[in-house]
Amino acid sequence: MIPTILADINDSFWFPKQASNFAPDVDWLYNAIVYISIAFFVPIVAAMIYFTVKYRERPGYKGSFEALHNTTIEVLWSVIPTVIAGWIFWQGLLGYIAMQSPPPSGTEDIKVIAKRWNWNFKYPNGAESTELHVPVGRPAKMIMRSTDVNHGFFVPAFRVKRDIIPGRFHYSWFTPTLEGTYDLFCSEYCGDNHSTMNAKVFVQSEEDYAKFLAEAIKEPEDIVERGRWLYERKACKGCHYAGKDGAQGPGPSYNGTWGKSVPLAKGADASGKETLFDDQYVLNSILNPEQQKRKGYENAVMPSYKGELKIEQIEALAAFIKSLESEAAPAKK
Amino acid sequence: MSVVTNPVTMPATIPEAGKEDNYLTHSSGFLSWALTLDHKRIGLMYLVGVMSAFALGGVIALLIRIHLWNPNLDSAQAWFTNKQYNQLFTLHGAVMVFLFIIPSIPAALGNFLLPIMLGTKDVAFPRLNLGSFYLWIGGALFFLFSLFATGLDTGWTFYTPYSIESQGPVIAATMGVFILGFSSIFTGLNFIVTINTMRPPGMTWFRMPLFLWAIYSTAIIQVLATPVLGITMLLLAAEKLLGIGIFDSRLNGDPVAFQHFFWFYSHPAVYIMILPAMGIISELMSVHSHKGIFGYRMIAYSSVAIALFGFLVWGHHMFTSGMADVTTIVFSALTFTVSIPSAIKVFNWIGTMYQGTISLNTPMVYALSFIFLFTIGGLTGLFLGALSTDMHLHATYFVIAHFHYVMMGGTLIAFLGGVFHWWPKMTGKMFNDFAGIVSAAIIFVGFNLTFLPQFVLGTRGMPRRYASYKPEFQLLHQLSTIGAIMLGIGLLVALLTLLHSIFYGSKAPRNPWGGATLEWECSSPPPHDNFSSAPTVGDPYDFSRIEFDPKTGSYFKKK
Repeated sequence: MIPTILADINDSFWFPKQASNFAPDVDWLYNAIVYISIAFFVPIVAAMIYFTVKYRERPGYKGSFEALHNTTIEVLWSVIPTVIAGWIFWQGLLGYIAMQSPPPSGTEDIKVIAKRWNWNFKYPNGAESTELHVPVGRPAKMIMRSTDVNHGFFVPAFRVKRDIIPGRFHYSWFTPTLEGTYDLFCSEYCGDNHSTMNAKVFVQSEEDYAKFLAEAIKEPEDIVERGRWLYERKACKGCHYAGKDGAQGPGPSYNGTWGKSVPLAKGADASGKETLFDDQYVLNSILNPEQQKRKGYENAVMPSYKGELKIEQIEALAAFIKSLESEAAPAKK
Repeated sequence: MSVVTNPVTMPATIPEAGKEDNYLTHSSGFLSWALTLDHKRIGLMYLVGVMSAFALGGVIALLIRIHLWNPNLDSAQAWFTNKQYNQLFTLHGAVMVFLFIIPSIPAALGNFLLPIMLGTKDVAFPRLNLGSFYLWIGGALFFLFSLFATGLDTGWTFYTPYSIESQGPVIAATMGVFILGFSSIFTGLNFIVTINTMRPPGMTWFRMPLFLWAIYSTAIIQVLATPVLGITMLLLAAEKLLGIGIFDSRLNGDPVAFQHFFWFYSHPAVYIMILPAMGIISELMSVHSHKGIFGYRMIAYSSVAIALFGFLVWGHHMFTSGMADVTTIVFSALTFTVSIPSAIKVFNWIGTMYQGTISLNTPMVYALSFIFLFTIGGLTGLFLGALSTDMHLHATYFVIAHFHYVMMGGTLIAFLGGVFHWWPKMTGKMFNDFAGIVSAAIIFVGFNLTFLPQFVLGTRGMPRRYASYKPEFQLLHQLSTIGAIMLGIGLLVALLTLLHSIFYGSKAPRNPWGGATLEWECSSPPPHDNFSSAPTVGDPYDFSRIEFDPKTGSYFKKK
């Protein structure tokens, strides 16, 4: 049982691997508070059990009514915890200030766009990805925004968390210290698929990171491949199933729909009618997703990509969807 | 203790012998209950109400835990869809917070006990009291109907902007909360006035039972904080209906402002939940140790201190939300100040046992269980109050485990202990003490098995409100689920023990535990008017004159 509890991703009983500059400090304070807690908890419970046994009601024993007040001990057990609490506060404060003070220059600035239920990362050279890549040993600064509701940027291995609130830029910074692959979770509840709004964080050597950036910026020549490439990078994949890939999730699958008539949801613009799934429908669904929702997807939330996708990119996506016209639909919606 | 394990079957010798009047048999018929102004009947109806709400919330909790038995990465094999799961945890939180924990102790036990402990006939405003009960019923029905009819999925916290665009019945649910809030305000107002104006001659503030200090502190929070919840809910409804642009970022509103509004009520509400529980424990520890409470004044002052500090720490729910750094730091510092009065109370309860005469019966076992669990709940708060560790632990299962240790290990255990303690007084029946202790033991083990693994889940990074999770978390989740089922069984044993006593329990004597407060001086169950003549008020914790009378199976006060 112990080996299973200590699953391989964990270095210790409590924590995942320490993969950022903050992790050792956070873990140190955590452990210090664990010892302080034990130092309080064990005597409290020991006294409780000892008194229960020693002063139990039994024939021939009569307790006293006297011990009701003792100024010395009452002052002591008020003052000592206050001092200890003050120390914990101070240590937490120091760690927090470090987390809130990114180096003024020399950081790898990465833009983080959180939307239901995907992550999108934009790198200084213009490359984009849905998984986060950061170079090891160099401070990275996340410049984060949300396009819809509250989200949270949480990488347990870095011990870093920050809410992402729509209408604001929030920042987070860290220096990755250990190469490897780690989990990134959305930590603020954001609706239906909150629990699948995860991504991987790849901490890479400078060379691998540079190689990733160079490759990530290259758009494929072929228009269908470019569509697939966009499908993966623009976070379509998080909701739409395509080929044998993607989430069988909130949005309709791309498979086998091109050129067919699709039923529309009851709504202001098209009450219960059908429409032809063609270039125009794809364009409209990407720019004005609320207008022509598919039947059965009334409550799905699709963000508008107005201003985020160029018309050539939408053409590529349409070509990609067209290439899937004979693919089978997934077993389950 | 002999009184309970060998139930006394002889009729208690009551001075006012003959056909005994009690509040249960005083009048009969549906209307005699539905229109009663008797605080005892209202308290009993509240007790049934909150216990039903708890049963509902508990069943939902079990569904959640069973769903989490598997990682659910393949949605085809999951018990519930993600959306259903989100609705379930919303229901669980909302039902437990608004319908169970907040009204549980003040409205059920507080209503029943407060006037009797004061030696009076009723609360200051009996009609307001009945009104508060009907607001609770109305609010609860409204709230539950809106939750079940269409499926609210915002979480019990209604965070914007999700709640603004959510398809769920947010406005109906917020109106339910609004109505329930008034129920809570009326109860609090009633208690404040009653305690201020109706204490009998001789009962100075520092001769009040500590349960009343706790209820009084709670009532102050109820009256001062709950209106803010009402305002928040109205603003949210206005934002949703009219788009006034305060919380919605698309209209230049600020979602974080909503969090401030919400927690300005909901953090003090945490103390509405825990303060009365602390009051119960103060009574239980001293009565069953047959010794006065240690450091009476410190416990009384700490209740008031917690009530006041409790208003200044709401920001600790928002350390990662992007408040200004100075604000964040100040809230962290204030949070640590509120930990001290709670610690003092724990030390005082232990001090109460010192050199006492401890009867290890059901209420006492629950009280000891409370101290164990509440201490864990309190200490784990240190990790969350410290800023750097909170950056890692915020919104993970560590938080879930922490507040369940305080709210469930604390408030619920104290509530159960209190129900067992005052059950003979309320119903006039003794329960089977052995069965009661067994229930406490199963609940204790089941509770720890449920929530200890969740601390580890949290430190390892398992976020809360997740319908699916990484496979490496599965073993800890399964331990937690097994614990939850055990916890459910323990609670069922407790319920059956209580129900059994109603039908088969022996008649309860006037003072089965040896308490020195006034409620033990009237018969069990109390007569309609509580006291035939005004009782004499003494020190509520003077046990030196309390003696056991084997003939009646009851304790009595030596003249």
